[in-house]
Order: sequence, then structure tokens, then C-alpha cells
Amino acid sequence: MSVKSTAARRTTRGGAKRRGGEPGLVQLLTPEGERVEHPEYSIDLTAEELRGLYRDMVLTRRFDGEAITLQRQGELGLWASLLGQEAAQIGSGRATRPEDYVFPTYREHGVAWTRDVDPLNLLGMFRGVNNGGWDPNENHFHLYTIVIGSQTLHATGYAMGVAKDGADSAVIAYFGDGASSQGDVAEAFTFAAVYNAPVVFFCQNNQWAISEPTEKQSRVPIYQRAAGFGFPGVRVDGNDVLAVLAVTRAALEHARSGQGPMLVEAFTYRMGAHTTTDDPTRYRADEEREEWASKDPIQRLRTYLEKEGLADEAFYAEVEAESDALAKRVRDGVRNMPNPEPMAIFENVYADGHALVDEERAQFAAYQASFEDAAAPGKGH
Amino acid sequence: MTQMPLAKALNESLRKALENDPKVVIMGEDVGRLGGVFRITDGLHKDFGEDRVIDTPLAESGIVGTAIGLALRGYRPVVEIQFDGFVFPAYDQIVTQLAKMHARSLGKVKLPVVVRIPYGGGIGAVEHHSESPEALFAHVAGLKIVSPSNANDAYWMLQQAIECDDPVIVFEPKRRYWDKGEVDVSAVPGDLHKAVVAKPGTDLTLAAYGPMVKVCLEAAAAAANEGRSLEVLDLRSMSPIDFDTIQASAERTGRLVVVHEAPVFYGAGAEIAARITERSFYHLEAPVLRVGGFHAPYPPARLEEEYLPGLDRVLDAVDRALAF
Ligand SMILES: Cc1ncc(C[n+]2csc(CCOP(=O)(O)OP(=O)(O)O)c2C)c(N)n1
Ligand SMILES: [Mg+2]
Repeated sequence: MSVKSTAARRTTRGGAKRRGGEPGLVQLLTPEGERVEHPEYSIDLTAEELRGLYRDMVLTRRFDGEAITLQRQGELGLWASLLGQEAAQIGSGRATRPEDYVFPTYREHGVAWTRDVDPLNLLGMFRGVNNGGWDPNENHFHLYTIVIGSQTLHATGYAMGVAKDGADSAVIAYFGDGASSQGDVAEAFTFAAVYNAPVVFFCQNNQWAISEPTEKQSRVPIYQRAAGFGFPGVRVDGNDVLAVLAVTRAALEHARSGQGPMLVEAFTYRMGAHTTTDDPTRYRADEEREEWASKDPIQRLRTYLEKEGLADEAFYAEVEAESDALAKRVRDGVRNMPNPEPMAIFENVYADGHALVDEERAQFAAYQASFEDAAAPGKGH
Repeated sequence: MTQMPLAKALNESLRKALENDPKVVIMGEDVGRLGGVFRITDGLHKDFGEDRVIDTPLAESGIVGTAIGLALRGYRPVVEIQFDGFVFPAYDQIVTQLAKMHARSLGKVKLPVVVRIPYGGGIGAVEHHSESPEALFAHVAGLKIVSPSNANDAYWMLQQAIECDDPVIVFEPKRRYWDKGEVDVSAVPGDLHKAVVAKPGTDLTLAAYGPMVKVCLEAAAAAANEGRSLEVLDLRSMSPIDFDTIQASAERTGRLVVVHEAPVFYGAGAEIAARITERSFYHLEAPVLRVGGFHAPYPPARLEEEYLPGLDRVLDAVDRALAF
């Protein structure tokens, strides 16, 4: 069933007025759960697709919450929560096609979900058993990148390759408001523009880079930076999964169809701490968080689904049960995740091997063995 | 004398520097209201204002590059790099510009810039938060490099670095931030680049700096239980290195083991081993041995205990040196 007709009727009311307050902000679903239209970006989703987005966001949030708990319990060394950014991540992730390629930061757990990356892979890194370790080519989802901004250049280069190959796909590079200050990001914009690379720069402006508000990074709205590099930029309500999906689809299509890069700024909010080691009470006011809580991405879609009667109680119960199952799978998976073998230190340092690594590996093995020998009864030297 | 954690000593040191010299400014990511992710600048933003304690955009090349500009204008910037692994966007500015401008100007330009870098592992962190890149900087002429191992040195060495007219990189042993020590704020400090004997001994010299000094002191205590007397040197400075003090100690004990977290390949230990071998060949009873990181990326947290030189790895090297 298509919901467009109902949506179209409802929108003409509030839409324009609301947009008046936030010029340039693309919105298709208001915080009150009202469908509005936008002159440039539209979307027409079936009830099933809408329910799918809701399910994605709920499961992602649950997974994220479980990870925070696991960190508190000492099972993870650290966790970077995506709380509040579910719509930005699910909307953009679901806009990608399997053949598209994603370059995430370290917070894109929701995007990973849409790319079918096993959540346990993400947790392995935060537990400290590996530094990523999944095969980026399996899901076209690159490894997490912690060094701020670097991946935007990798995405651009990958996109340059896509263009050289004449392939019908696009690349999407995630980065944050803070990252927008990095030289690497400016260089990525330059290269992408000069080579007309099929890459979408997807900035989640969650208003904070650890303790620094976006004003410390930019005097203009981030999406406006694109103009100076010669490609379009657009700001979307990052807590509106429909708008994010519509805008990202259009941006990816723009890239795929040979029109070059595009910058999408998803205007959202980091509801949690920067990471589990951060204490946001030191630098930001509760009122700000509360204001954003009223724009919650999941609640607004739910309100809409309920108002329009697009899902029944059984559906919500099913999603709840699925969340519980996911949480349990994640919990058990993390607790049973084995520590890597010490000798793993020497693995995969080089693709073609290296004499010094071999030498140090052998020395270390002998050193380790000396403890076993010492411990073994009746076998002293 | 007051007891305080190493992190607090750095904080007090910065406060003193800000009080003493109106040209001192602090710059970095989250150094303002947050007080830095390790709280080294805690309270300074509040007390000295945002003109002097500056939250910068998230761009390390920008931080160091503009610090150079401020120094050209007569300021004494103290910049914070949030973690060791994040200094590399600034590597070009540090190596190509900061290190060389004095020489290029034939001595007319001075760049009293201090770059503070929390470094080293042992805190269970994710990738890029546990590295020891000091050798990558020590290889570059024009930079001075120091690393305190205790609270008192943290307090004094940072101020001496700020007073120095050359660029100084202060590598702060992040896993020792919470270790308490006596700080004597009235004692006249010694030479910033002089090594000290942290514990005297007669059988073998352990030379270390930063986080590894504590490990070496523990190793010396353990060895003492087996009747071996180890001398521990706290090198304090990686560039210049106080070879005279190392030489004197190595010639006294006849054996030298250098310990650092950084990979041994092309590391400080290699430099020390070569120089001391040249200087003291006939006094040595054993080759200079090195204990340090492997030629491999810093491993994920659950392997760092194996990777990092600990008591056992140090004592193993001591055994090997004594066996010669
Ligand atoms: C090159 C570099 N410098 C500093 C850091 C430390 N750091 C980690 S996250 C972060 C803030 C990032 O803010 P933003 O880009 O807005 O992304 P968000 O965390 O809000 O998702 C900083 C400074 C880093 N990871 N890499
Ligand atoms: Mg941010």
C-alpha cells in the first residue's frame, strides 16, 4: 500500500510554515509525526517499507544500548553510542544499494546494520580483540576509521576508481561536524570535485565534537561549504528518516549518474556522551538535550505509523521480541568472544612477509614457551 | 612538598606558566570547558579565559601550524595533541616547518612552541590511542623531546619546555597520569635534558624514560630479591640524550639494557646502544640489549599486556645480559 496520497494531503499544511524557521532544512516528517512535502525531495514508501525503517531504528537503538551496558560491565573497553542518530544512519544506509560502497567513521553502527554487517564484528573492535577485522568487500562496508576525516579521502579515491571503471554505483563517506575541519576532508572535497567522483559526503552534524559545539568548527552551515568546492550541498533533518532516505537516495543517484559529488548535512543530535569515557555534564546543558529529545527519530515515525494505522500491535510486539533476541545474541556473543592468541600480534603485518617480523615472532614464541617449560613439573632446564 | 597525581602536576605547571607569562597560550581540541580528555587543562579555561585557553577546530595541522604563526608573533603556544595516534595530521607542520624555521632564518626566528602528547599504552584503549611515536620525531633535527616519568618532573619539565626558545615535544606517559608523587614547587629544577639515576645499583644498568621507568624500578626491586643490584636511569630527554650519564653508569656496571614501549627497530634503544658501544666498548661485559615493542602495529587492547614490555620481559633481558 502506498501512503503517498494521504501524506501529500497532510503536508501542504504545516510544511512550508515549519520550514520557514529552518531555512534549507529538508523535512518530510515533522517531530510531531506529521508528513510534509518538500518541493525538491519526495518519497513514496509502502507501509511495509515504513515499518522496515522503524524496525531498523528500534533494533539499532537496542543494540547500541546493549553495547553501553556491556561496556559498563567491563565486557567492552569503550563504546561510541549512536543514540539520537538512528534516522540519519538508517535513512542514509537504506538509501545505498548493495553495489555502493560505504566508508564509515567509528559511530556508524546503524549504517553497518543496513549493510548486514554482523554487530558482533563492531563489538570486537570496542572489546579490544581486533581493530576491525571484517572484510570490507563482503558488504561494501569499509573498516571503521578512528583518525578523524581520513576515510573521506579513501572514499573519494574509491569513487575515482568507480568512475574509471564506468561502474553504475556510488560511494558514501560518513564524517562528523568536527571532522569537517580536518584538512583531509577539505582535500577530499577538492579531489572529488576536480575528478567529478561519484561520492556522497554524508556529514552527521550531531552538534558536538566531544565538548566543542559546531560553532567552533564553522561559521557557515556545513552543507554550504560544498558550494565553494563546486558541488551541491543540502541540509536534511537528520532525525527524519524519510527525509534522510529521500535526500541520500537523490544524492547517490546524482553521483551514480555522473554528476559528481554531493554533500549531505544531516542535522541531528548526539543524545549520549561522546563515548563511554566522556562526561557531557561538564560542557553542555540538559535543556539542549531535552529539546532534542522531543525530536526523537523513532518516536516521530511511530507517531506517524500509529496515526495512519500502518502497523498493528502485533508488529510492535514482534519488533520488541526481535530486539530482545538481538540484545541476547549480542550479549552472549560478546561474553563468549575469545581473546586473540598472543602470536596474533605478528600476523598480517605485511601481505608478503618481512624478515624482522619472522625473527621477532620466533623470539617471542621461544620467550612464551620458556614460561610453559618452567611451569611444567619435572622439566626444568 | 605536596602529593599529587602526575596529571595534576601538569595542570599546576600550566597554571604557573599562564600566570608567569602573558604570552603563554594553550591550544587544542577540548582543552577549554572540558579541560581536555585527560583533564590536564582542567579549570584553566575558567580562570584564564578563552583568549588564553583556546578550544581549536578539530584539525591538528591547523593547531600546530597556527601555533607556529602565533610564535612568530611573539606568543608561546602550548598545544595539546589529544592522543599519540592523532599527531600525524600535524606531522608535516612539525617536521617541515616547526623544526626547521630557526635554521632557515639563520637564527633570526625562534619558535618557542610546546607540543604536549599523551603517549603510550596500558590503558586498554582502542586503536591509535596507545602509540609511542617519539623516535619519529627524535630523528628530526630542530626538535627537542622530553618525557617525564613522575609528578615532580612533569611539573618542572613542562615549565622548562615552555621557557625554552626551541620547539619542545613533551611526551606525557598517559598511563602514569594517575600516579601520585611528591612535587616540590620551590626546588630549583635541574637541566631539562639531564638523565638522573632513579635507583643506584652495581650489576647492570636499566635505562628508560616515561612510563617504563616505573617498570624498571619494579624490575630492580624484583631482582634485588634475587641478590642482583640493578641501577635504573631515568633518561627524561630523548633529544638531546644525556649520553654522559648513561656512559658513566654503563661503565660502572658493565651492562646496559634499554627499555621503551616504542618498537625497538630504529628506536631510541638502537641509538643508545650504538653510542654507548662506541664510547664504552672495553667496559662492557655484554652487548647493549633492548626491550621494547615489536615490528608490528600496536595490538588491540586485549593483547597489549603481551605486547608491552613488563616486568618479565625486562628481567628476561637482565638474565640474558648477565649470562654473557
Ligand atoms: C585526527 C584525530 N584527532 C583527534 C581525534 C580524537 N577525537 C575522536 S572523536 C573526536 C570528535 C569528533 O567529532 P565529530 O567529527 O563531530 O564526530 P562525532 O564524534 O560527533 O560523531 C575527536 C576530537 C581523532 N580521533 N582523530
Ligand atoms: Mg559531531
